Amino acid sequence: MEGTDRPQSGPLTAYSPNGFFCEMLGSPEREADHTQRIRDRLQALDLGELRGRARDAELELYSFGITFTVYTQKDAIDRILPFDVIPRVISADDWETINAGVVQRVKALNLFLWDIYHDQKILQDGTIPRELVLGNPNYCAEMRGIDVPLGTYVHINGTDLVRGDDGRFVVLEDNARCPSGVSYVVENRHLMQRSFPDLMANIGIRPVSNYGQKLHDALVDVAPEGVASPQVVLLSPGTYNSAYFEHIFLAREMGVPLVEGSDLVVDEDRVFMKSIDGLHPVHVIYRRIGDDFLDPEAFNPDSMLGAAGLMRAYRKGTVTLANAIGTGVADDKAVYAYMPRIIRYYLDEEAILSNVETHICREPEGLAYTLDNLSDLVVKPVGEAGGYGITVGPLASKADLEKCRADVLADPANYIAQPMVNLSVCPTVTDEGISARHVDLRPFAVTGRSTWVLPGGLSRVALTKGSIIVNSSQGGGSKDTWVLE
Amino acid sequence: MSRLLSRYAEAIYWMARYIERAENLARILDVNETFSRDSRGWQNWQSILQLYRDEERFFENHDRADAESVLFFYTLDQSNPTSIISGVNAARANARTLRPLISTEMWIQLNIFYNTLKSYKPGDLPEPRLARFCNTVKEACQTHTGITEGTFYRDEGWFFYQIGRCLERADQTTRLLDVKYHLLLPNHEAVGSPFDVSQWNAVLRSAAGYHAFRRVYPSGLSQSAVAGFLLFHAQFPRSVSSCIRQVDMRLSELRSNYRLRRGSRALEELDELCAVLDDTTIDEVITKGLHEFVDWVQIKLIRTHSELGAAFFGYAAEEMSDAAQ
Repeated sequence: MEGTDRPQSGPLTAYSPNGFFCEMLGSPEREADHTQRIRDRLQALDLGELRGRARDAELELYSFGITFTVYTQKDAIDRILPFDVIPRVISADDWETINAGVVQRVKALNLFLWDIYHDQKILQDGTIPRELVLGNPNYCAEMRGIDVPLGTYVHINGTDLVRGDDGRFVVLEDNARCPSGVSYVVENRHLMQRSFPDLMANIGIRPVSNYGQKLHDALVDVAPEGVASPQVVLLSPGTYNSAYFEHIFLAREMGVPLVEGSDLVVDEDRVFMKSIDGLHPVHVIYRRIGDDFLDPEAFNPDSMLGAAGLMRAYRKGTVTLANAIGTGVADDKAVYAYMPRIIRYYLDEEAILSNVETHICREPEGLAYTLDNLSDLVVKPVGEAGGYGITVGPLASKADLEKCRADVLADPANYIAQPMVNLSVCPTVTDEGISARHVDLRPFAVTGRSTWVLPGGLSRVALTKGSIIVNSSQGGGSKDTWVLE
Repeated sequence: MSRLLSRYAEAIYWMARYIERAENLARILDVNETFSRDSRGWQNWQSILQLYRDEERFFENHDRADAESVLFFYTLDQSNPTSIISGVNAARANARTLRPLISTEMWIQLNIFYNTLKSYKPGDLPEPRLARFCNTVKEACQTHTGITEGTFYRDEGWFFYQIGRCLERADQTTRLLDVKYHLLLPNHEAVGSPFDVSQWNAVLRSAAGYHAFRRVYPSGLSQSAVAGFLLFHAQFPRSVSSCIRQVDMRLSELRSNYRLRRGSRALEELDELCAVLDDTTIDEVITKGLHEFVDWVQIKLIRTHSELGAAFFGYAAEEMSDAAQ
């Protein structure tokens, strides 16, 4: 029936991508044939129906408690991550590239981390400046010489990708510490299955619901040697953490206890959890707290979230931490710029997924290019997190640009520069009908003995018109991500 | 051998207790509103404050124990930890901790229950609407119990749920008996008068025991029969004796099924309670003083709780004194 009886008009008729690359339509040079059936089905729904089902879906999220908590001085407010019902669709070909690119990147990250915590060859031969790594606040000297099982440091990785005008996916940043958001990938799918079974039927969407089992398998892979049936636990800062819902989700999907620091004790360099029958050994900890808070004996002495003596046990190899300690140095902005070289260095391959073109100001060519093209570039300090200190050239005033120039000249090593990326858009239900909104993509990779990439990922969408900021704290929402078979 | 975290065991136990407490409070408010007016229609709301020993806290912020303020205090007042909304919130907070363990349906229902209570505004609950509100609360609590029965995986955690629920129910029934007895006895002439009968009628209905009582005692309603029924009757699910027997049974099963070495002292307390409840008649209780007897039962329940805490929840010795709360 479909294809022969295509609806002439529907909610997508008035939709325009405003000149950006569109996840649903593609671009004039590269039309998205793979979404044809999905577009036809969307066209057959009317906007009121779409809105009604979207409302039901959001109510369901609230009732299910799929929320993050925002604390004000007065009280705690449970918010849902706004959900948009129009899916973000990825073709099988595009996915093949993403999958191969992410696997390659994770492999290189792990080899890099092993190297910088052992022989430091990459520093000795000058491929990366020594002080960039050893002087990095995220470099953890306590990790020197520790042999992590299977050489895996980054067990769970989130790679932030964006798609520019040419439709190519490029890497915006790596998240190799405690990447979050995977629970939304799975819950968004479940929500779509309940709300839009008719839209999804027979499309051939790759499943995402086995993430928990894959993760558990990987964590068992990296358990200390000689443990027959390792006890895996998930370590959470507790119910007040804004990502607590995700911790619950992961513990449930893996069928393992969700513990807090106070549930753990370290005795004779072995980790135990306090059960109703006394102490029970723990072998693998998927920790969702930062390095600094893991062990008050070794790191931040004021931390109540970890367990005293954990680092001693870790050093002895009686417990595995996922991710390993000290991975933050690998997802640092400064190191990011060197990722194409890191991949070449360890794997003798070109990066399958490119970085956003990055000019490293500590290098003379990079500095010269940056200063010559300041008004076209986004200039970022490498030490800062969370968008702090960024100058967006095309939007900056003359005075801002001059200040930026002075800052870069004063300390070139602290800056990188990138061109503005026109983020791709996706049709999204808004108050004014279906409109174009910018999206990014975070696929999740799980690594034990080998690397597996969840076919899908978190598509974050900037719900404010024209905005490219997809963060949930700034009006971002999410979409279900369909990877086609 | 058990891998249940102590923290989870405690959270399950408290989740069950808080819901049981909320249900009982709704019952008591409802019945007090409907059945315990005197012949002039005057109603004693202060008795509820006595029942829960909340007088001191209440009068810190209120001048009079009138219907409106007492009702708000016990239903929607989030600043009062013993209100229904606070209890349900505490149960929900425990459920949130327990999300990895309990069924999704259990969590969703408690989440919606709490969100519903939160949506009431202070003025939404005038006295005439109280019965409907109490019904909503009772039904939501019973829905919780039903969902738990039908979906909660029956490992060690389930036993802690049952222990918490029955312990709380036994405690609530003793409180109910104690306050009415306390209130009525000083005025000797009133015993057996129509007012007295209606008060005991209310006690029975608070515990949903009126019809069960009538099946055992088709005619008449004496205070000793009512008190005896609520204390000892083995077939009545809210009697002190049957609740404590349940706790005793579940704890024994828990220990033997999972070969737990701990918990023997809690079991000793329960065994002693069971033995005394078995061997005592209501006439003996009344002769020696109902209040004294009920007080003794409550002390034993508190000790049982403390021993459970020390054995399974990791309570340290200094925390034991707080366990009564």
